[in-house]
This record gives sequence, C-alpha cells and structure tokens, in this order.
Amino acid sequence: MSLKITELSLSIGDRRLFQPLSLIVARGEVATIMGPSGIGKSTLLTAIAGHLDPSVTATGHMTLEGQDLAPLAPETRGVGMIFQDPCLFPHLSLGNNLAFGLRPSADRAARRAGIEAALETAGLAGLYEADPDTLSGGQKSRASLMRSLLAEPRALLMDEPFSALDMELREEMRRFVFAHIRARNIPAVMVTHDPADAEAANGPCCQLQRD
Amino acid sequence: MGRGASIGVFSAAAALVLVPIIAGFAIGLAASLGVFPAIGADHLTFAPYHRLMAVPEFWGALGLSLQTGGVATALSLLFALIFVTQGGGESRILAPLLAIPHAAIALGLAFLIAPSGWIMRALAPLLGFHRPPDLALVNDPAGFALILGLVIKETPFLVIAIASAMAQLPVTRTRQIGASLGYGTLRIWALLILPQLYPLIRMPVMVVLAYGLSVVDMALILGPNAPPTFAVLITRLFIAPDLTLLLPAFAGAMVQIALIALACLGLWLCERGFMRLAKAEARMGRRGGTRIPLSWIRPLPRGIMGLGLIGVAGLLLWSITWRWVWPDVFPQSLSLGAWQGGDWRAPLQTSLKIAVISLIIATPLALLTLEAVDHLPNKLAKPILLPLIYTPLVMPQIGFLYGVNLAALKLGITAGVAPVIWAHLLFVYPYILLMLHDPWRAMDRRVLKMAAALGAGPWRQFFALKLPLMLRAIMVAIAVGFAVSIAQYLPTLFIGGGRVTTITTEAVTLASGGDRRITGVYGSLQATLPLLVYLIAFLTPRYVWRNRRAMQARVT
Repeated sequence: MSLKITELSLSIGDRRLFQPLSLIVARGEVATIMGPSGIGKSTLLTAIAGHLDPSVTATGHMTLEGQDLAPLAPETRGVGMIFQDPCLFPHLSLGNNLAFGLRPSADRAARRAGIEAALETAGLAGLYEADPDTLSGGQKSRASLMRSLLAEPRALLMDEPFSALDMELREEMRRFVFAHIRARNIPAVMVTHDPADAEAANGPCCQLQRD
Repeated sequence: MGRGASIGVFSAAAALVLVPIIAGFAIGLAASLGVFPAIGADHLTFAPYHRLMAVPEFWGALGLSLQTGGVATALSLLFALIFVTQGGGESRILAPLLAIPHAAIALGLAFLIAPSGWIMRALAPLLGFHRPPDLALVNDPAGFALILGLVIKETPFLVIAIASAMAQLPVTRTRQIGASLGYGTLRIWALLILPQLYPLIRMPVMVVLAYGLSVVDMALILGPNAPPTFAVLITRLFIAPDLTLLLPAFAGAMVQIALIALACLGLWLCERGFMRLAKAEARMGRRGGTRIPLSWIRPLPRGIMGLGLIGVAGLLLWSITWRWVWPDVFPQSLSLGAWQGGDWRAPLQTSLKIAVISLIIATPLALLTLEAVDHLPNKLAKPILLPLIYTPLVMPQIGFLYGVNLAALKLGITAGVAPVIWAHLLFVYPYILLMLHDPWRAMDRRVLKMAAALGAGPWRQFFALKLPLMLRAIMVAIAVGFAVSIAQYLPTLFIGGGRVTTITTEAVTLASGGDRRITGVYGSLQATLPLLVYLIAFLTPRYVWRNRRAMQARVT
C-alpha cells in the first residue's frame, strides 16, 4: 500500500467538484481516473502534486508511503508529473533536459553515463546535444518520461499522457511507460478519456461522479 | 490603397520622422569633428572631444550616468519580475504611473522625500527633529533620488512588457514540472523561466537602459548637481551662452550615443553570462536552497510604486495650500491662491495646443501608415520600414535634437510653436503607431474578406470597418500620444529656443527652489491632464458600444 487517498473532495466556493474519492494505489500499479470533461480530473492531479489553485479548497487525506502529503511543498513531495504536452525545456539540449531531472552527484562522468543510458533506454542514443524541438512527438514523450523518472519520484501522475499521439504510437508508448512504472515499482495515477488506456493500465479504475 | 499611394504614405512618414533625425545626427557628428560652417569651423579635428574631456566634470558625469542608469534598470527589472510573479491585480497602481509624465513623478517625489517633505514631517515627532534635517535627500551626490524616480516610472513599463511576453510561454506548466522534479520556486525561475523569458523582453530592457542613461528632465529635478549626470552636463553645454562650448556639446552628444551603445553591449554580455550560468547549473541537477525566505522583498516594489502616487497626491495638496509649517503633516490653511494667480494659463494653452495639433496630424498618419503596410509586401514593411519609424523612440534625444534645431534654423524656420509641434511629432507619431500596430494586426480579417466579397472597396473597408473596429485601440493610442506630448521637455527646450513655455518646461524650471505652491500647480496639471485623457479614452468605447456586446468583450 503506497499512495492512499481518503475521502478527498475539491470545491470551488460552495460547489463541490465530484463526490468524495477514496483510492489506494499499490507500488507498480497504475490507477485510472475517468469522468466527464470539467469534473476536475486534472485539478485532482494538481491537488496530489501540491499545485492546487488557491481558489480551490481540498478536504480529505492523502498519504504517500504512510507520509501525509498535505504539509509538504510541491518540490518535496517526490511526485512526478507527465502531461499530454511533453514540455521539454526549449533552451536546454535534450541531454541537459534529462540532466535537469537527474539527482545531483559529485561524479560528472557517472552523471553523463546515467543520462546516456537513459537516452538509450528511450531510443534516443547519441542525441545528447540535440535541440528538443527537432524531435518527433514520440521521441519527445519518451524523453519527458525519462526526465521525470531520473528525478526518482515516489509516485507518478499522468494527465492524458497519450492523447496527443496517433494510434500506433499510443500503443507503443503505453507499453513503454507502464513497463517503466512497474520496473521502478512506484504507484501511478493516470487521467484519461480513452477506455483503451484504462484497459492497458490494468489497475484500479475510478469514475468521478458529479456531486 | 494602391502600391503607389502606400509608398507615398511611407515617404511622408519618413520625411516627417527620419529626415530630421538623420539630418540632426549628421550635423551633430560633423560638428563634433570640428565641421560647422555657420560659426566658421571648417576643418576636421578631434579638438571638440579634447575640449569636452577637459571639462572637469566629464568623467564624474559619465560614471554617475552609468551608475544611475544601470542600477535603475536592474532594480526596475527585478521589481517588474516580482510584480509579475505576484499575479494580476497590480494594474490599479501601475496604470496611473504609466500615464503621468516623468517630470511630475519627479516633482512629487522631490516634495515627498525632501528634508522638509512629507516623510520627514511624519517622522519628525518620532525622531525628535525640531527643524528639517540637514541631509541631501534630493539631488544627493550618489543619485539615489534619481534612481528611485526612474524605478517608479520604468517598472510599470517593464511589467507590461514581461506580462505580454509571459503570455507566450507555458509558465504554469513549467512551474509544475520544475516542482515535480524537486526544484523550488527560485530555481525554477532562474533556471527555467528567465532563460526563456529574457530574449522576449531584451528590447524593452534596453529601451529602459537607454532612457535611464540619457534622461534630462528627471535628472534635473532629482539628480545630483556636481557632477550632474552626463545628459544634464551636455544639456548645460548646449544652452550655455558661450558659443565655443557648442562643438564640445555636440561631441558630448556623440559620446552619449556611444555610452548607450556600450551599455547595451554590456547588458547583452551580462545576458550571455547569465544564460551560460543557468544552463551549467541546470545540468548539475542541484535542488538545494529551495526555501530562501524571500517574502520580505515582495511588498517592497508595491511600496516604492506607492511613493510615486503619494508624491503626486502631495503635488495636488501643495497647489491648494496657503500655510503649511514644519513639521505639520497637513496644511494649516488651504487656498486657491496659487491657481487664481493664473500664470499657468498661457503655458497650459501652449501645451494643449502642441498636444492636440500633434495628435490631429499623428493619429490619421499612423492609421494610414498601417493601411499602407497592408498593401505593401510583407518583407519590406515589417522588418525595414516600421523599425525605421521607431528609431526616435530608442535614440537618445540629446543625440540628435540640437542638430535638428540647427537644421531648422538653417532652413529659415525660426523658433516658435510650429517647429516644436514638429519636434513632438517625432515622438508622438511613432508611439501612436506602436500602440496601434498590434491591435491592427489582431483585427479579424475574415470580416474584411466578407466585406470585400460584398463589394466594399479598400477605402470603404477602411472607414466602415477598420476604423470602428479599432476605436478602442485608437482611443488608447490618442491617450498615450497625449501623455507623450505633454511630457516632452528637451524637444520643447531645444527646438523652441527657450521661447516656447509649456507646463513641463515651467515645472522643471520651477523645481529648483521655486514656490512650492506654484510648482505644485504645474506638477498637478502635468499629472492630471494625461489621467483625464486616459479616462476619456477608457469611457468612449464603452459608451459608443454600449449596445454591442461583442465590442464590449474587446475591452480587455
């Protein structure tokens, strides 16, 4: 039992966005959150990550590995995020985008080797100095995932991670992402509209209900 | 509008703006090298530069300009960034500061921070002062008062530039990703957002730097006297009765331009250095120091901007004061005496005449220029012709204005209101064009295509569609143009040959040691007139389009 959400509800003013949500995501498992547009699926993810907009109030409990998330600043929660848009930083080379994610270490050569290995895993070998803007959509998505994983997150949140990809690529990316989550043995939460995503995730599935 | 007419409009615009500037600069450059036939100087020599450098205050003034201009630019940029990271809701303080001329802000600030000013009056009982303390708080030798004044005027300008640049960047997303990778706010800004943001605001920052290095009116009111800033030193040389100082003054104008070019180069090197550092640091992956307590600095910019507005309120109060003894915080008795004296009526009329005629010429010309841009090849109009028209906004005024004056005299144009109007147009017209350019481009072109399909020719489209659609933007541009004209000091002084008196030249003259009540009258006029015109500009489209919801929605 790793990521535990208990009776979580979000409201803007007096309006509650969805019925209170309880969810337990074990290590290596991918939970899927579905529901109609505008019900607050993305907002739910920002609440877990700690970026909740001040206009939204949250009640309920969230713990990660038994630790209460509420008092932690976003950058100390150890919660990685993946969006539909890969959001590679345009001013850094591809390798340095990954280096930004990698935890610091005194040994420069080891850092470089770690990044090269991550690039290779993502099918981007030899592209350390590449301009991220010149990559294909699939390459960008894989790089974005590697950047998140190099930061050694304790949990991963994904906001419609595959919806910008075409059908073929989507299938391939799902396998790639889910395999890495299993290998890292961390809990993950995915927001999606696509039932095929939920099926592939093969984890607990939550349908958010209007209040 | 055909190709021929479009070229005609651009030629007229060029004649209006570029010819005087190129002529003024050329005359200045030649004179600085000893070639100035009118006073019998006709052979090439560096003597004017030597003479200039022999002026005892030369090096001190140069250093002081770099110091005040550089520090003011750095602080304005820092404050603007702090404002922007605090989110919206700041426009209530910032909008009036944008509209009020530099000289009025400077006067208000001088009244506020002077030893006998409002701040000291408020502190007197606490500190036990029985008389105003003997401190150089205004015109201080290090130029702090001038820096403060510049920061108050330039921060709002940079806030607007940064806000519109940030709208083009995925700032929220970058912050979320940065934090999810374990980085704190400060590092996210320094390593991720600023490196993407700065290239988009490089030009506005350089404009602020150039302005800070060459400002004259604000430096006369708030800046040090011995040595003064470099631009003030050059102005003194230009208006000195001793004609032998004219050629060194022109040399100074050239040095002023070189100073700005060098400072901009320095700024660019700083940018390169910062980018390199940021990239190197990003590569290291260090997350430490995420919680540097910066909250104490957040209210600071707001407080400083507030000083500007309180200063202006002080001007209004002084203008209706009869008796206000130290150390009372409010006047003992009020009176309209300073207003009833009526000396302000003639300068006000002159100011209004110049502003209104400038607007009557500049606004249609700017609209015609944009219409002409629509009919010219994209490669010509955007990258070449428009930037040329904007040159007066980035060139330091002192670099070419006196040359313009001499060129006008040579053509037999004697000093008077008409040449001053032309001099104001050099700045009013480019500003109006700048304000109209983006809304013009953002106009919904489908409406025009529809009109064309219904048989409307280019002129009917212009009058029946483009002008009404642009109403709000035109009103804002007129308000900006009005404020720009009211604020002009150096063009009025130089081109008017000292014989054209506006509320601005009068306010600057009175600043040093005049009657505070009279100075208050001129400062109040300067501050309130542009605000009034902004208010009209804001309300007009609301009234005209009161029954048109889609046009109301454009009020953003």
